[in-house]
Amino acid sequence: MRSEVPMFITLFFGLFFIISAFIVHPAYKSAAQELNNWTLIIISFAYVLGVINVARIHAKKLEERRPGWAYSVMTLFGMLIMIVFGIFVPARLYGGYETGSLFSWLFDNGQVPMQATMFSLLAFFIASAAFRAFRVRSVTASLLAVTAVIVMAGRVSVGELMWSDFPRFVEWIMGDLQTAGQRAVKIGAALGAVATGLKIILGLERSYFSGE
Amino acid sequence: MANISIAEIVDVQKLNLFVLLVLFSGLVLLMIRLAEKGRQMFVRPLAGLKALEDAVGRATEMGRAVLYVPGIDDVKNIQTIYSMVILEHVAKIVADYGTPLIVPIGKAFVVPMAEETVRQGYLNAGRPQDFRSDNVRYLSDEQFAFTGAVNGIIMRERPAANVFLGSFYAEALILAETGFMAGSIQVAGTANIHQLPFFVVACDYTLIGEEFYAATAYLAQDPKLLGTIKGIDVFKGLILAVLVIGFVVETLGFTGFSRLIAGE
Repeated sequence: MRSEVPMFITLFFGLFFIISAFIVHPAYKSAAQELNNWTLIIISFAYVLGVINVARIHAKKLEERRPGWAYSVMTLFGMLIMIVFGIFVPARLYGGYETGSLFSWLFDNGQVPMQATMFSLLAFFIASAAFRAFRVRSVTASLLAVTAVIVMAGRVSVGELMWSDFPRFVEWIMGDLQTAGQRAVKIGAALGAVATGLKIILGLERSYFSGE
Repeated sequence: MANISIAEIVDVQKLNLFVLLVLFSGLVLLMIRLAEKGRQMFVRPLAGLKALEDAVGRATEMGRAVLYVPGIDDVKNIQTIYSMVILEHVAKIVADYGTPLIVPIGKAFVVPMAEETVRQGYLNAGRPQDFRSDNVRYLSDEQFAFTGAVNGIIMRERPAANVFLGSFYAEALILAETGFMAGSIQVAGTANIHQLPFFVVACDYTLIGEEFYAATAYLAQDPKLLGTIKGIDVFKGLILAVLVIGFVVETLGFTGFSRLIAGE
């Protein structure tokens, strides 16, 4: 029973949502929408588990004074401040999460710039990765390097100055050659996803059930 | 009772898609049946999956951990669910070697699932006492907060092997390049095609698109799972045949075939 019940639930709801993609009847559609809302409610409960996980791991690290424990102090402090001011402190004392609250101020002036900093690192990582990728070591690597140079040249104004049809040539490379290869990968991945869904719905792939 | 037409119940525009889905599912089930009856199914070796065990072995020799990142998407994404299935196999290999496994999580809902999966892997290896729930770490739902935290783990704890299997977005290259700089051996796999070039460049082995979904069939060598891979291969052959037929008949000026496929 321990695995049969979850397997039946997976089968039932799996088929329900597959069929919902092909049904337009309002009653069925609204039932599917309602179930999707349930999913969101269940997911929101998982945040409690997430908070417990973070608190447990960092409290233990702090207690054992493991290397980097100072980061754990910052993590716990940050989490506590956001939870307390976001949920328990009234709006007149800068609580809540609306504009003007401490929660919102910390998010906009702390979290967002830090995330933007992480994202901006991508430019430098692309440069270092591209340097390795375009090293001419084999015939295919040479093809990649030559194509990359052509595409880069055709994307800037100097390329059009060299040859007026350069942008059109680059569009042909991107639209015909590149897209054909990309679609082949896409079709394979899509079939793989459908087959995996089928395996899970039918219980062929059930190792994610505890006890299997 | 009012008369209700089929068009009011079923989306007739998608009937062609439904037929293809039924055909594909039937083909996969047929291949599974054949595999169960003992038909030999050849699956070409995937270097990335073979490298998984080598990577764990290397981590053991170096006395360092293995880092497994199951993507940053929720369990509503099939890649995350499948990554959990692969994670169990990796956890079993890791438990066999007695190497620590760190699993950073970017979505709260994935935490209990990952914990149970890793626990099961250790149980399958016969070493449940070695499972440490502290190594399944929820970091943040925010994309770049998660990225920063994983980078911190890579640079501070220096795992010998990094495994990135699941749904990744803009953080893919940041994570993989950081792992490269830390000198870790890296295996990645995703079906998000825009991130594949980044993984190919920065990782030692990459599972491209459908190869990612073939992982458990390869790792477990279960006939039923190998059957699904064969089902996909046969269906791809059919798609190729349809493409060639479509190319020929359209070139000859007959448009009925493309309209039939489009469900018009």
